[in-house]
Amino acid sequence: MAEKTDKKQVNEGKGKFSSLDLPDLPKRLPPQLEFQRTRVLCNLDAPIHTDNVMYGGAYASMGVDNSVQLDCFRQKFRVEVVRLTKDDMEFDLIGIDPSIANAFRRILIAELPTMAIEKVLIANNTSVIQDEVLAHRLGLIPIMVDPRLFEYISENDTNNEKNTIVYKLHVRCQRGAPRLTVKTNELKWLPNGSELLLDSKNSDSNPTSKPRTYTSFSCSQASLPKFANNPINPMPEITIARLGPGQEIELEAHAVKGMGKTHAKWSPVATAWYRMLPEVVLLEDVEDEDAEKLVNTCPVKVFDIEDIGNGKKKATVARPRACTLCRECLRIGEEWEKRVSLRRIKDHFIFTIESTGALPPEVLFTEAVKILEDKCERVITELS
Amino acid sequence: MEHGAFGDQSNATFSLTEEDHTLANAVRFTLNQDPRVTFCGYSIPHPSDARVNIRVQTTGDPAREVLKDACQDLMLMCQHVRSTFDKAVTDFKTSERGQAMNIDSEE
Repeated sequence: MAEKTDKKQVNEGKGKFSSLDLPDLPKRLPPQLEFQRTRVLCNLDAPIHTDNVMYGGAYASMGVDNSVQLDCFRQKFRVEVVRLTKDDMEFDLIGIDPSIANAFRRILIAELPTMAIEKVLIANNTSVIQDEVLAHRLGLIPIMVDPRLFEYISENDTNNEKNTIVYKLHVRCQRGAPRLTVKTNELKWLPNGSELLLDSKNSDSNPTSKPRTYTSFSCSQASLPKFANNPINPMPEITIARLGPGQEIELEAHAVKGMGKTHAKWSPVATAWYRMLPEVVLLEDVEDEDAEKLVNTCPVKVFDIEDIGNGKKKATVARPRACTLCRECLRIGEEWEKRVSLRRIKDHFIFTIESTGALPPEVLFTEAVKILEDKCERVITELS
Repeated sequence: MEHGAFGDQSNATFSLTEEDHTLANAVRFTLNQDPRVTFCGYSIPHPSDARVNIRVQTTGDPAREVLKDACQDLMLMCQHVRSTFDKAVTDFKTSERGQAMNIDSEE
């Protein structure tokens, strides 16, 4: 009470002055609200506190600013790479909101372009695989080339060397030979374009001019510097079809650029996903037999035993990151819900990207972020 | 396109074509952080049409400007994410663990 009268006197003395302006303690939320704001509590039946308190003025009555200012974001945001190989990567994004992490995931799956076979011109197919099934399988084969080197093709464009890749497949299983497995290694790249001729019944056409084919390549793709020593191959060792004796397949396939939105064959990732960082906390000390039970129940070995002298053992949390939220540790018995607390940290995401091979995974993520920036740019120019 | 009253610039609905939850949810997040915004939300009228309606209501500032600022903030956040990520990847590749993984994959 004495404090209040002091402040009042100060108020009267200095005119407009609020006690909230006094720089006493930094404004922090009380611990239980901070817990609700930053952690998802995964109970035995269902998780709680799952929504994000996004409104900037949510805690205004307590004097705490909830908004994510850009400078605050820049200071708190971190990226830690855990694993990075040729085909997949796992990394942590810390300090970012789920809406943006989800935007990256959606762009990685659906809006990054790749090259995939779209048109298949079948000259001869006497195998047991039907034409359309064969064409469907060819479309799903990943093509190992950087899609940024090619342009999109629209309906009125002709197929030229800047927007199409042409492959030829001609296999035949001889009579008397064993069954033949046709793999993607048999797909031959045709850098000069299509070899199938368009029928033209036009007798005026000059007999010495080049016959028209299904594509009009003005120069060979192999002459372009980027493809000079790197042939554009599909992913090797994928089975396309199996041929019995006397069966033959002869076809030509044209690959174009597209996005996962139109058809999943154009998705550059096998998949991309994220999960929130698990946090496992032992609310009470778990000793001796209970500790043994706990360590044996967890299928991914989150817990470990620690000897604390006198022959007594205690359970500790050794690998919380491995927790898959199976909740086996909560199902051991009735009181275990009070001993173990499973939580998720709301702004720490463990991203995993598995690439199909066209582009390395770190390049895929960078391109996805660029695409989100382009979308914002487009909205800004539309509004201006 | 913007649907709003002529006299009152502070409340408007923006209808964006060729967009979906990817951009709309992220823009809604950045809009919420802006102290000038009293209400913001997005809806997708029909899942077969690629169209998103973003509603913005502000404390007086024109809604168009507030939305532009939110998109600008989102772009800056993305640029920061990209540079931090690139730096983290280069650090990882040059560190010992990166070298170890390279050796493993080459064997």
